Amino acid sequence: MKSLGSIRRDFAPWNDPNAKPYIQFDNVTKKFGDFTAVNNLSLTIFEREFFALLGASGCGKSTLLRMLAGFEEPTAGRILLDGQDLRGIPPYRRPVNMMFQSYALFPHMTVENNIAFGLKQDGMPKPEIASRVAEMLKLVKLEQFAKRKPHQLSGGQRQRVALARSVAKRPKVLLLDEPLGALDKKLREETQFELMDLQQNLGLTFVVVTHDQEEAMTMADRIAIIDKGEVMQVATPAEVYEAPGSRFVAGFVGNVNMFEGKIARGEAGSASIDAGNGITIRTDNAGTAGAGTAVTFAIRPEKIKVSSKKPAEAVNAIEGEVYDIAYLGDMTVYHVRLDDGQVVRASTMNAARITEDPLSWNDRAWVSFRPDAGVVLTR
Amino acid sequence: MNATWSRFNITSIVLGFAFLYLPIVLLIVFSFNESKLVTVWGGFSTKWYVSLFHNQGLMDATWVTARVGLISATVATVLGTLAALTLTRYTRFKGRVLFSGMVFAPLVMPEVITGLSLLLLFVAVGLDRGFLTVTLAHITLTMCFVAVVVQSRLITFDRSLEEAAMDLGATPVKTFFQITLPVIMPAIVSGWMLAFTLSLDDLVIASFTSGPGATTLPMKIYSQVRLGVTPEINAACTILIAVVAIGVVIASLANKRREVQRQLDEQAAQRG
Repeated sequence: MKSLGSIRRDFAPWNDPNAKPYIQFDNVTKKFGDFTAVNNLSLTIFEREFFALLGASGCGKSTLLRMLAGFEEPTAGRILLDGQDLRGIPPYRRPVNMMFQSYALFPHMTVENNIAFGLKQDGMPKPEIASRVAEMLKLVKLEQFAKRKPHQLSGGQRQRVALARSVAKRPKVLLLDEPLGALDKKLREETQFELMDLQQNLGLTFVVVTHDQEEAMTMADRIAIIDKGEVMQVATPAEVYEAPGSRFVAGFVGNVNMFEGKIARGEAGSASIDAGNGITIRTDNAGTAGAGTAVTFAIRPEKIKVSSKKPAEAVNAIEGEVYDIAYLGDMTVYHVRLDDGQVVRASTMNAARITEDPLSWNDRAWVSFRPDAGVVLTR
Repeated sequence: MNATWSRFNITSIVLGFAFLYLPIVLLIVFSFNESKLVTVWGGFSTKWYVSLFHNQGLMDATWVTARVGLISATVATVLGTLAALTLTRYTRFKGRVLFSGMVFAPLVMPEVITGLSLLLLFVAVGLDRGFLTVTLAHITLTMCFVAVVVQSRLITFDRSLEEAAMDLGATPVKTFFQITLPVIMPAIVSGWMLAFTLSLDDLVIASFTSGPGATTLPMKIYSQVRLGVTPEINAACTILIAVVAIGVVIASLANKRREVQRQLDEQAAQRG
């Protein structure tokens, strides 16, 4: 069976027309004075989903999270949680908890009192609080730090305390605002997988805000790409990468080469694109775009092959000159300047230690790709 | 940096310290003078300290000063903290600029003017001058200092702490008492101590607003000095200096200890 991307998903309520959405943003608009942070945005998130809001800083993704937590009220539209309209419900009565970007640990309390804070507010009996706190400490492996104050912990430990505190109340939904932003790269990668395990084990719905696309791709079931307060695309990581819905999404997630052109001839999804300067691209993924439509052909660097001779069987092959080479160990990135001046980025996995067809700077070279390797974008 | 002691360095340090502390040292030395003449050394004695405690007038004045200081500092701290909260939290209410200007005006207002205007007010409303009026006047004087100290702490206060508390189910009132107040408490305590000190050594405003039976210590000392300095006053001042010095030393030691502890903690955190 063929599938988009390398993952086969069993959990896909968004494809089930009968599945009931758990969180619903219904035409939500949020204005701060004259500035529109969120513009008539609609989204649905399902129960037990790990959902990521991905966007550049200032795109409105944090505002969405803060509206869900109750720190901001929408200017227009409504937010539903499990069918209940959240308007007017203050943050301290919402069944959601948030993990803050700054962690917001209470500096005057020990680790265990930080974790117990929310439970105490609920009036939970003392023995139950003690056992829940112990359970949370065990979950984040901080048992021996229970009596420490936040400033006596390292960055990674603080992050775990913040996490433990926010899940201690067993919220229906956990909101995470840039949860790994303050950690260094190695710790961040480890923690990504820990967060995924935690979400699976506790069976919670996670909504995470991040500007780090790798983080979103690693952890999320689905990603919403947000730009200027609007949703550009909501899809699984593989769909976002392999079938971006617009030029913005294609350019925002990962690296991409784009060719502007016009559909010259097309039938049943496959088409020839006239990209100017004598370059014609043949593709199987033209969709419904008819002849004469102005389109962008987008193709990822790893789907382009670079060779010194024109591959005999290639449907698409364009000649150029090697302009730059970056050897990264696991792969090599070539920048090839085509004869019309456009630079194409191609990356090759170094699957073997020895390269059969070595290329050097200023060598003539051919870039080639299969007709199903790229996508045609009309937006 | 040049760490050697040149003659120039030594001279300037000696001169500087002499300029600052010679009068105080003289005052302390002569408080232990046997002779009644302030400027003639007649041998060591602590008799002025003994007679100080039998001087009912001075003891009364000390008691008044302590009560005025405690009450005015406490009320000023509450009011100043509220003002600081309003100024940092509600940044968009009408007349905010006017309010903040008015809160901080006493900071730069000449004390004579504050004292005189308060006197006029108390006379106008028919309030008998005495303990109550001095206390009210000191609240007016010190409130703005507390507001400045607390406000500077609140500006750096991480609002997400309060959001986190509310997110975890604490109502705004509980959030204030369980999170905000404990976190800004050191600033509030400093504000209180500043207010207390200001009240303790105020002479000008107290002179305007005090009445019979509510003479503060600075007023008492000043009026006695006008009749001629007695070694008793030297003794009283020495005790005041000692109290203030002990307070300063304790505060800086506590600060130092906290700093050392913080560094140790951070090293421990680094090690994991």
